[in-house]
Amino acid sequence: MIAIIDYGVGNLYNLKNALDYQQLDCRIVNDPEQLEAASHVILPGVGAFRPAMDQFLAAGMEEVLRGHVAAAKPFLGICVGMQLMFEQSEEDGLHQGLGLLGGRVVRFQHELKVPQIGWNQVAVQREDPLLEGIADGSYFYFVHSYYARLSDSTDALGLTEYGEMFPAIVSRRNMWGVQFHPEKSQDPGLRLLKNFAALKPE
Amino acid sequence: MLAKRIIPCLDIKQGRVVKGVSFVGLRDAGDPLELSRRYNEQSADELVFLDITASHENRGLTLDLAARLARVLFIPFTIGGGITTLEEIHEIVTAGADKVSINTAAVKDPQLISRGAERFGSQCIVVAMDVKHKGQGWEVYTHGGRRPTGLDALQWAREVERRGAGEILLTSMDQDGQQTGYDLEITAQISQALKIPVIASGGGGTIDHFYEALTTGHADAVLAASVFHYGTYTVSQLKAALRERGVPVRLTPEMLKASRQGA
Repeated sequence: MIAIIDYGVGNLYNLKNALDYQQLDCRIVNDPEQLEAASHVILPGVGAFRPAMDQFLAAGMEEVLRGHVAAAKPFLGICVGMQLMFEQSEEDGLHQGLGLLGGRVVRFQHELKVPQIGWNQVAVQREDPLLEGIADGSYFYFVHSYYARLSDSTDALGLTEYGEMFPAIVSRRNMWGVQFHPEKSQDPGLRLLKNFAALKPE
Repeated sequence: MLAKRIIPCLDIKQGRVVKGVSFVGLRDAGDPLELSRRYNEQSADELVFLDITASHENRGLTLDLAARLARVLFIPFTIGGGITTLEEIHEIVTAGADKVSINTAAVKDPQLISRGAERFGSQCIVVAMDVKHKGQGWEVYTHGGRRPTGLDALQWAREVERRGAGEILLTSMDQDGQQTGYDLEITAQISQALKIPVIASGGGGTIDHFYEALTTGHADAVLAASVFHYGTYTVSQLKAALRERGVPVRLTPEMLKASRQGA
């Protein structure tokens, strides 16, 4: 079962719709016990980093999530959920994240419009089961003003250009993160979610 | 590179599409789901549904439509028309819409923008502005373009951004329905003055019009209804033509593959 973590941030039904549409067994969970039963975990999220982190901690699922990751079971962070995986964010001050991956979430520094809203291409950096059947250069739907600056550039699985290059997809061991919204990225997005569901614990 | 978006707009009345739609092979041209699927196949980047009944009694049908769409369509879609309260925004978003578009209510009570952005995120709040040329500038109209407000379009756009709207849907009333081209001047003015994306609407007829709106007009996206509904050309035909002229647009996996094979 795929658990979609509900910690009061954003609308989770569209993500659930995208999984249900492909007959992937998923459940929206809001307590540690249900989370513990999951084979796969997705951490979604929209809005600002700090309230998202605060609400996630208040939801009492941090320990189980860390246990899930430590047990080498597949984990996927989406949008702000991906940003929470990093050590720190510079959004509205400096705030601590989960530190599952090394790096800091920073704001775009250029003259283009911020937030980036719309479809952009992802250049695949290496082979990965998450991207099985997804063409290099496929378009995904983004809405964000911040992105993760990686401590270890080999964590970048997909790169996107918006005034500068930033990691649209990251991965390390059993952890994946996507800055875009796969549930709103039609075929490539649906495929990515299906691939995630097919990942086996290490 | 970020793609310029092409957005078909559908007018909805009591849960059905109104205005003639003349796709070949549609079983039911009034069914929003069937039309949405068709536009999705043509690689429409988003869809906008304008609820023109917009009365409280009919809202249920629109919510039902949003929920059905969200189960089969995995691109962003916006619902607008007669939205006046945070509670209504909540209902529409919970039903599955990604964004709501507010117009008259935003002018009457600009706090609706700020509160909406705070509660649902800026990405959810699209402010629609209907503008008409007046003297040296442009004036904002409400109530479906029937009531002048005295507001200057550029000033209002700045306030809308300051209050946290995620995007502006800018309709030129002078051009709307004319198919003689978008109003490039006000589109460029607002788009260049703001950091948030501007969707140009009103006047799209030929491929040149779309090209001009996205280049000279500096629009981030274009919205159109008639040219797509009447099948003048499809969204994919428009995109192929724009791409040929150097405008970055999203192609579907099939289109990507075909363009690679052609190259």
